[in-house]
Amino acid sequence: MVASAVEVTEAATGIIRYTWLIAFLPVVSAALILFFGRRTPSKGSVYGIAALAAGFVMSLLVLLHFVQGGGPHEATAQWFQIGPLHLELGQYVDGLTAVMLIVVTGVSLCVHVYSLGYMHGDVRFTWFYFVLSMFTAAMLNVVIAGNLFQLLIGWEVMGVCSYLLIGHWYEEKVNSSAAIKAFITTRVGDIPFMFGIFALIFATGLTTTNIGHVGEIVADPGTSKVLVSAAALLLFGGTIGKSAQFPLHVWLPDAMAGPTPVSALIHAATMVAAGVYLVGRLYIVFIHADVQVLQFIGVIGAITMLGAAILALIQDDIKRVLAYSTLSQLAYMVALMSAGEAGRNAAFFHLFTHAFFKALLFLGAGSVIHAVHSNNMSDMGGLKKHMPTTFWTFLLGSLALAGIPPLAGFWSKDELLVVAKDGHPLLFAIMLTSALLTAFYTIRMVMLTFAGKYRGHGHPHESPVTMTGPLVALAAATAGVGFLGAPQLKAVFFDWVYFEEPEAIHFVASVAFTGTLVALVGAAAGYMLYREHKERDPLRAMGPLWNVLENRYYIDAFYMKGIIYPVRDKLSAAVYWTNQNILDGMVNGGAALARGLSHVVMAFDRYVIDGIVNGAGTIAGATGGLLKHLQSGNVQRYAAFLFAGVIALVIVFTRIA
Amino acid sequence: MIRLPMILFFSAFLFSCGVYGVLARRNAVMVLMSIELMLNAVNVNLVGFGAALHDITGQVFALFIVAVAAAEVGIGLAIVILLFRSRGSINVDEVNLLKW
Repeated sequence: MVASAVEVTEAATGIIRYTWLIAFLPVVSAALILFFGRRTPSKGSVYGIAALAAGFVMSLLVLLHFVQGGGPHEATAQWFQIGPLHLELGQYVDGLTAVMLIVVTGVSLCVHVYSLGYMHGDVRFTWFYFVLSMFTAAMLNVVIAGNLFQLLIGWEVMGVCSYLLIGHWYEEKVNSSAAIKAFITTRVGDIPFMFGIFALIFATGLTTTNIGHVGEIVADPGTSKVLVSAAALLLFGGTIGKSAQFPLHVWLPDAMAGPTPVSALIHAATMVAAGVYLVGRLYIVFIHADVQVLQFIGVIGAITMLGAAILALIQDDIKRVLAYSTLSQLAYMVALMSAGEAGRNAAFFHLFTHAFFKALLFLGAGSVIHAVHSNNMSDMGGLKKHMPTTFWTFLLGSLALAGIPPLAGFWSKDELLVVAKDGHPLLFAIMLTSALLTAFYTIRMVMLTFAGKYRGHGHPHESPVTMTGPLVALAAATAGVGFLGAPQLKAVFFDWVYFEEPEAIHFVASVAFTGTLVALVGAAAGYMLYREHKERDPLRAMGPLWNVLENRYYIDAFYMKGIIYPVRDKLSAAVYWTNQNILDGMVNGGAALARGLSHVVMAFDRYVIDGIVNGAGTIAGATGGLLKHLQSGNVQRYAAFLFAGVIALVIVFTRIA
Repeated sequence: MIRLPMILFFSAFLFSCGVYGVLARRNAVMVLMSIELMLNAVNVNLVGFGAALHDITGQVFALFIVAVAAAEVGIGLAIVILLFRSRGSINVDEVNLLKW
């Protein structure tokens, strides 16, 4: 949503003027944790939780402002100025911001509380809470940013925090490698993103970086369409990186090496959604870009959607199932961004609901992993009777993900399908196929984890209340938030989140029926296949396709052999050679020259300057040696000299006179 | 009345004797006495000129010099006594430690 289309209420009253405090509170808590965390009994966790609880309440109040029909609010303060370009810090708060604030603070609060149990006794407990708070602050900054550079700062800090948290247990090589992979892969997207921002600022004639003004200028027909299209394409590079879309999706499954609460917060609910949020926030740029940009976005989304959903089918690691599912669900949102304003709004509704049920699923998976000390579903099974709270909440989240009415996922997916049906028929077909697969792998996951007999070691037990509490809270949200977008209940969500004009939401019975049917078919197939646990996964019947999937379409291998090894072995060797021979040669040559010159200077100093000084000394010494004999110590001789002097003077003066 | 040139000749003779004594005698007391001679030669000069020019200043100055000479010889003799105590001799030739 941009300022161009809506009247910005300058005289906004109440809490909305202080929205920036929501983003500032976690910064304060991060500082408190860093400086005082270790010494307090809670080891710092209480600061983070308190800051987010306050932030969540404030976010609710901000949303209330929009529920009551309030307008957006923009406030800026000048940061610095370069020529005509004013860089400002500020907040731009509209309905979309308010909704995102709820998502981020809500999920982050749940994760903070949940981590009390999950991370209990961890070696870097305080550090974990510090980075968690920093991350939340950065994400909130992205959400409220009224300025492209401010957004970029939050965006990059998120990347760093993500890196730190994936590599939280860096003692194991796998984890630190995953962290590096995630960081570098997202950077590949961040660089086009940065240039996209530059292109946008360039398009404004270097006058402003405020999102609102940029929107106005982009919407102006006089602005170069080529430049706007280039900016849109480059910005979408950032989305591909952060939201892990094809072809930069490879980092997200590996990012599951991090602690599970982190996966829930960063790699499911918030940071990966920031890419989608970015496209929606700057949607005016994409709308005014060449239509092929939007088509490109749609194609990327469709590829990721289907590809990731298929990969999720064969995973044994429960977190990887969820990771691929996240990729697929994010791709729904990305793909629908290509379908115009209605698609954008529906995508945001899906982002909203997905954040809750995917965070729920991740935290549920964390609870299971906490109990059985393994990520692999082959070590699970039969947990239903051991962990009832986890089971019921997880099942609820799974059904929401599968799109079973009346849970959150059904409503948002239904909106997406309604929009897509009017769009491209191929996209609609891919979405339905993905929905079928989603329901299938979700139920497969639930059956492998909770049904049958326990296959692991030890005795699984239900997690402590700090972990089940957030699960129940998120489950309640999962059950409830879908109705915010239900057309039968006036779809209030779309009164808050809209582009330029609020749009009527239709309920198409045939689409809802098709969607539900597909979900039920997928779920039923999953139930039938995995009702009885089999040593050999039934999907291995796919034969060679299984191998392709097991190797993730060989994309990772291609990156390794096609890009990383050549760069590492050939390019870096060449650079090393250049460095050793040419650059070092120049430096060494300079040094040798300087040495030669210094020898000349040294000789001059030693023989000429020192010669003069020593010569003066020698002369003075020699004369002194001669004259010293006058000082004989004999008083009478002195007296004789005295009288001789007097006589000499007398003679001289008489002569002169 | 004795004429001024006679007085000046006498004074010069006296002064020369003093100079000779200072330069030639080895006994420190004798050197001091020779210095007295030179001072008194100057006194004679002053008194002589004072008389010739009918000016009292010369005689007053001579009196001052007598007083100062007394003080000077007091200090000089004290030095000589200390010298004798430490060296067992008052021979000025042997007092030559302060040299190069």
